[in-house]
Amino acid sequence: MTTFTVPIDNGDSVKIAEEESQRTLYPYVTGTSIVAIKYKDGVLMASDMGGSYGSTLRYKNIERVKAIGKHSLLGASGEISDFQEILRYLDELTLNDNMWDDGNSLGPKEIHNYLTRVMYNRRNKFNPLWNTLVLGGVKNGKSYLGMVSMIGVSFEDDHVATGFGNHLARPILRDEWHADLSFEDGVKLLEKCMRVLLYRDRSAINKLQIAKITEEGVTVSQPYSLKTFWEFSSFHNPTAGAEGSW
Amino acid sequence: MTQSSVDLPPKGGFSFDLCKRNDMLTQKGLKAPSFLKTGTTIVGLIFKDGVILGADTRATEGPIVADKNCEKIHYMAPNIYCCGAGTAADTEAVTDMVSSQLRLHRYQTGRDSRVITALTLLKKHLFNYQGHVSAALVLGGVDITGPHLHTIYPHGSTDTLPFATMGSGSLAAMSVFEAKYKEGLTRDEGIKLVAEAICSGIFNDLGSGSNVDICVITKGHKEYLRNYMEPNPRTYVSSKGYSFTKKTEVLLTKITPLSERVEIVEVAGEAMEE
Repeated sequence: MTTFTVPIDNGDSVKIAEEESQRTLYPYVTGTSIVAIKYKDGVLMASDMGGSYGSTLRYKNIERVKAIGKHSLLGASGEISDFQEILRYLDELTLNDNMWDDGNSLGPKEIHNYLTRVMYNRRNKFNPLWNTLVLGGVKNGKSYLGMVSMIGVSFEDDHVATGFGNHLARPILRDEWHADLSFEDGVKLLEKCMRVLLYRDRSAINKLQIAKITEEGVTVSQPYSLKTFWEFSSFHNPTAGAEGSW
Repeated sequence: MTQSSVDLPPKGGFSFDLCKRNDMLTQKGLKAPSFLKTGTTIVGLIFKDGVILGADTRATEGPIVADKNCEKIHYMAPNIYCCGAGTAADTEAVTDMVSSQLRLHRYQTGRDSRVITALTLLKKHLFNYQGHVSAALVLGGVDITGPHLHTIYPHGSTDTLPFATMGSGSLAAMSVFEAKYKEGLTRDEGIKLVAEAICSGIFNDLGSGSNVDICVITKGHKEYLRNYMEPNPRTYVSSKGYSFTKKTEVLLTKITPLSERVEIVEVAGEAMEE
């Protein structure tokens, strides 16, 4: 805290602490990628359950995908405390909306818009919520999938990915996603992406949840792990034919 | 004060004399010239009978595409090829240099070159220059000891892998490999997978683009498939292209005197003022 001295009437001077502006400079506990796709009956969203504290894997049981109201799923990567704050804001929002008691409920499009406004306004004050959010949902038979970043970039698409998923999962999704995927095919596609992320993202852990939202409602699966393959002959004996090399 | 007149031989290694001057200039606001980089997606994989290397063909200078169809798969020996990512001059020079060294070595030993020889020569050179020679390479070949695939990083570290990707498009290509690679692929399966990985880089990475080059190396035989795939052809609005008549054409011989179309009003008094 920087302090400065101020002269006061009786000739003495007083040390006054300047209020340090409090704003987010860097994230502390972070979640890694989220991958989500639209499928036949709605939206599927996958995330792992890890919360990293810098380069330590501190928390292994963080749910980074939550249901919002009746019609939406929110997944977040980035700072976990900011995600919890956003959940509080959305709680307030849905509560206030409920109090009107008019039979209407907030759909995914409205929540996405609200989040975009919140994120963009925070960035304009140089105090961002350090998250990339994925908003998926179904209302009146129409599925919706969108994304908002910490600087307020917001868009809708048939498949989205955050963080490392942008580089590793998006190429696979662009190639292999098609409209009207069945539930099994959708899960297989998401697992394919999550497996590549598990191999190649250092902050990924092998404990993931897949959440599904359809007209009927939200289901979040129990945590499970993926099978990985390490039995390449090159891995067993990398210096075959060149003993002692590396 | 007299200077010594003895010419000392230059010490080996990189001369860091100008670095202080460059630092001072950048602090004063001078932007350093950007290097011609290859952006790039380069890949390699080991299949049943040997090694397949693949590369895209775009060379970038900052945000501009400098060369739409450059060659990134360099010849090292009849049985060894090397893909290069990073600064184009560095990859060209270093692969050329080691290729010459390998040839001289072949003359001296009377034997075919081995992949680890090329590997050791390259990593020695790159480590010596402490990462300033910005060349990231995928080296592959088949020698008497079998097929080998290595990656070499600019600082001089190497890896021996069954499948490898380097360059800005390496993540896009690696996601294809991690999802689809198996051991014991046939030649056609291997080529298809390499082409898929390079295409993934071409379409998902801005630093990579244009065409796919492939090189298949097996025991005693190599195939350099330049522009194996061209997924970004030039397209025209009309399928016939454009054709313009070469001579001046007379369009109309009817002459319409303008006075018929225009009403001319005589203004009495002064004409236009000067």
